[in-house]
Amino acid sequence: MQFDNLSAFFDMGGYAFYVWLSFGVSLLALALLAVDAVQQKRVLFEAVKKEQARKVRIKAAQASAKSNTRNDPQKEEVSSES
Amino acid sequence: MWKWLHPYAKTQNAYQLCERLLPWFVTSALISFVIGIVWGLAFAPADYQQGDSFRIIYIHVPSAILSMGAYSAMAIAAFVGLVWQVRTAFMAMVALAPIGAVVTFIALFTGAAWGKPMWGTWWVWDARLTSELILLFLYLGVISLYASFEDKHQAGKAAGVMAIVGVVNLPIIHFSVEWWNTLHQGASITKFDKPSVAPDMLWPLLISILGLALVMAAIFIRRLQNEIVRRELNRPWVQELVSAAKEK
Repeated sequence: MQFDNLSAFFDMGGYAFYVWLSFGVSLLALALLAVDAVQQKRVLFEAVKKEQARKVRIKAAQASAKSNTRNDPQKEEVSSES
Repeated sequence: MWKWLHPYAKTQNAYQLCERLLPWFVTSALISFVIGIVWGLAFAPADYQQGDSFRIIYIHVPSAILSMGAYSAMAIAAFVGLVWQVRTAFMAMVALAPIGAVVTFIALFTGAAWGKPMWGTWWVWDARLTSELILLFLYLGVISLYASFEDKHQAGKAAGVMAIVGVVNLPIIHFSVEWWNTLHQGASITKFDKPSVAPDMLWPLLISILGLALVMAAIFIRRLQNEIVRRELNRPWVQELVSAAKEK
């Protein structure tokens, strides 16, 4: 280590503000970029899952609608008999 | 090589290659980046003229070099996309642009924070600084041009042409310190002579460059995957991929 102690390290020979500002902002920018990349994947997968669930619901609704129309004439028959 | 490379033009193959490569890139990126930065900040000797302020070099030079490296890669991807009509290449171009923009911003910002104590000013309109600022605008131009087309095939072609035209800026940045009188110092690594940096300062710098390159590569891999999924949303293999991820 080039510095005598930890406080000398943080002081950076009097240039603490400029050195730590540079490294802080740089690491923050890179971290945001990385987090965004990971988050985007989750968002996309979530969207695909939602769309899949919607398709399943539509299919189910269509199927029940079909069976309803098939039942309807019978219902009418029942009502006409009574 | 073409025969070996061509299957990866298919988005599914590219996605799976990314999936295999990602953990290796993340691990090696974290290790080399941390080693480079810690070595540079704490163990490299101080500069005899600039004292400890010179340690900004360990983020400034890597980001500056790689801002140009990322631009070259983006332009090559655009070229491949335009000439051979490879959709995946445009996706790579789009995935790279924001990474390049952020790294260019880092180069400019750390340069300003280094310029203030050493030159006495955050910013001057000299050739090196201005041409690097133009590089940032080129990245932003590619990003916004791509975003402004509804038809992403058209968007890729338009942004691709802009990326390729912008390559003219790269030699301007590199030679700006020779062609004009500037405040910025000349090149000390990227020249044909032996590097004019002492070895115990040069090694951490080289490792920082490698580290940042790997960090950018790791982010690029994940971004490319995202771009592929975004564009292939309704393909059966994407649907299966998401279903498989759900069960995990």
